[in-house]
Amino acid sequence: MTAALAKSTAHSIVEASPRAKAVAGGLVILYAVITILPLLWIVATAFKSQSDAIAYPPKLIFEPTLEGYVNLFTVRTRQTPDFIAKLPPPQTWYDKLVRQHDMVIAGPSKVVPRFVNSLIIGFGSTFLAVFLGTLAAYAFSRFRIPLADDLLFFILSTRMMPPVAVAIPIYLMYRQLNLTDTRLGMILLYTAVNVSLAVWLLKGFIDEIPREYEEAALVDGYTRLQALRKVVLPQAVTGIAATAIFCLIFSWNEYAFAVLLTSGEAQTMPPFIPFIIGEGGQDWPAVAAATTLFVVPIVLFTVLLRKHLLRGITFGAVRK
Amino acid sequence: MAQIRVENLRKSFDQFTAVEGSNFTIDDGTFFAMLGPSGCGKTTTLRMIAGLELPTEGKILLDGEDVTFRRAAARDIAFVFQLFALYPHMNVAGNIGFPLKCQGMGRREIRERVRETARLLRIEHLLSSKTSKLSGGDRQRVALGRAMVRRPKAFLMDEPLGALDAEFRHLMCGELRDLHDRIGATTVYVTHDQLEAMSMADQIAVMNKGRVEQIGSPQEIYDRPASMFVADFIGSPPMNFLRFEGSLRSGDRAISFHDTRIAVPEIREDRPSAPLALGIRPEHIRFADAAPVRGEVFGAEYLGTTQIVTVDTAHGRVAARLPSSALLRIGETVGLEFRSERLALFDVGSGAAIRTANEGSARHG
Repeated sequence: MTAALAKSTAHSIVEASPRAKAVAGGLVILYAVITILPLLWIVATAFKSQSDAIAYPPKLIFEPTLEGYVNLFTVRTRQTPDFIAKLPPPQTWYDKLVRQHDMVIAGPSKVVPRFVNSLIIGFGSTFLAVFLGTLAAYAFSRFRIPLADDLLFFILSTRMMPPVAVAIPIYLMYRQLNLTDTRLGMILLYTAVNVSLAVWLLKGFIDEIPREYEEAALVDGYTRLQALRKVVLPQAVTGIAATAIFCLIFSWNEYAFAVLLTSGEAQTMPPFIPFIIGEGGQDWPAVAAATTLFVVPIVLFTVLLRKHLLRGITFGAVRK
Repeated sequence: MAQIRVENLRKSFDQFTAVEGSNFTIDDGTFFAMLGPSGCGKTTTLRMIAGLELPTEGKILLDGEDVTFRRAAARDIAFVFQLFALYPHMNVAGNIGFPLKCQGMGRREIRERVRETARLLRIEHLLSSKTSKLSGGDRQRVALGRAMVRRPKAFLMDEPLGALDAEFRHLMCGELRDLHDRIGATTVYVTHDQLEAMSMADQIAVMNKGRVEQIGSPQEIYDRPASMFVADFIGSPPMNFLRFEGSLRSGDRAISFHDTRIAVPEIREDRPSAPLALGIRPEHIRFADAAPVRGEVFGAEYLGTTQIVTVDTAHGRVAARLPSSALLRIGETVGLEFRSERLALFDVGSGAAIRTANEGSARHG
């Protein structure tokens, strides 16, 4: 009797019926398929031969090849069959693959340095934006700052117009400062754009952490900075992780400024990928390979932080 | 162990003044309660003593040493928060040991001290639990443990029982006082609950609108309130006020109350004609047919051994505490007789009490 009572009170929310659950589950699966399908198509295309990639009707079953990836990572020159026959036998599997198409590898392509640029600029600006954002958000949340509301509005207002509206002034400014086509320049630019988002998001998270935690730490012997590091940050991890993902996604995907401000040294993946199409006909498998590669870091980063994205940590010690 | 002294303490936020010119001394080992309605400045005062808030003006002395602008951590004071503020990312032992870790104490010693503290609070069996799994009372004990473990000079408590259920609150009141008696450290306790303050404190400071209205033992505050605010705030139901106009002369033993005379304790100050109030505690009223102040019974609230009877008089509504055996009909006309030696007089303009020979129950033991 008491057990039954306990069981019935344990679920104060009405349990969904099996049918409702099935419908909800079906919808979720449908949505997942719709969003994942293009991604799967790209991953598959990367393993197709050039003719399979443009075949109509599209081939679902095909013979996988690494041609796309080889083409992505190398620069090749077309030669006559006579010339190729005169060459010493191919040293590696990819040499062999390329020679089947009457081509010879001339050297590595620029994809690796571009990818490294993307990593440095993406993660660098994310780190800076979250770091600065955390400090600013903490200050806005905890201290009496004169004109705090106006300052917060000002910070947000930098996001109110499309960034491209300031493209020309920024271009001119960067030329003056010798920041065009430098990684530092891109990191600073993306940090500036992201920091406003970071301040607002993090302020919300930090506001939710009761002041008493750090005040207890202050009374117990910590300095303000120690209290921030050892007491506030561990509880703001969720918010910091979410903010970092948003910032990274923005700077990773950013295209317009990357096209405008980078051309060589500091070029990131987004402006680089379209270039691949041009080299030796429309090489869709190579483009698909580049896209696949481009998506991987974001997926990894999100998977690594996903534990924190779920608001699992509740502030159980404080009764509200 | 420490004496805490507050001199001309003032704190204002922008236009709002939270604390205005507070002066008091808390003697070593005293259980000192700051009592008042919300927003009266009691918590702000406590936070300034702790070093969590900087005063706009004034001084705070700990054992005669000026600590007004010293960091909270350097004051060797422990603070217990209303919402406990237990760190959710640590277990009970981690929470209690945290202040020692801050001080850089060795692991073994920390474990020893944590165990000892837990024994004192009878929460040894909880040391490895998660704080989120604890009941309200146990959380409060852990919060107390975190405060005690460092053996600070003084404990500051900000409504530590405010978040507990009523039954727990009563239990913890007893435990807190017991703990205070065993440790003997100066305790400053902020609350808006007069029962908590009255039952635990040696000294109570009643605050209102940023000012300290009165400091005294619970009995002094109850029997000889220094102002109408204190008289009204302390006691349930509060003191009754009957307004009248008149002048007072030192040495008088009776006042002219409207068209009758009422005996009062010997008056000790002169007062030209002014709006005055006669203060009567509900338990100092008896019903007597011959009494000159008369009224109509409005209602009765049964409380078990006593009942609170409200009577509408020509000068306002009066609450009287009577034995529950007294039978009354609503609408019945009754006469009110006051225990003359326990009456209080107030100046309505300033709210201040007028000095009389009323020694309260101090004289009666």
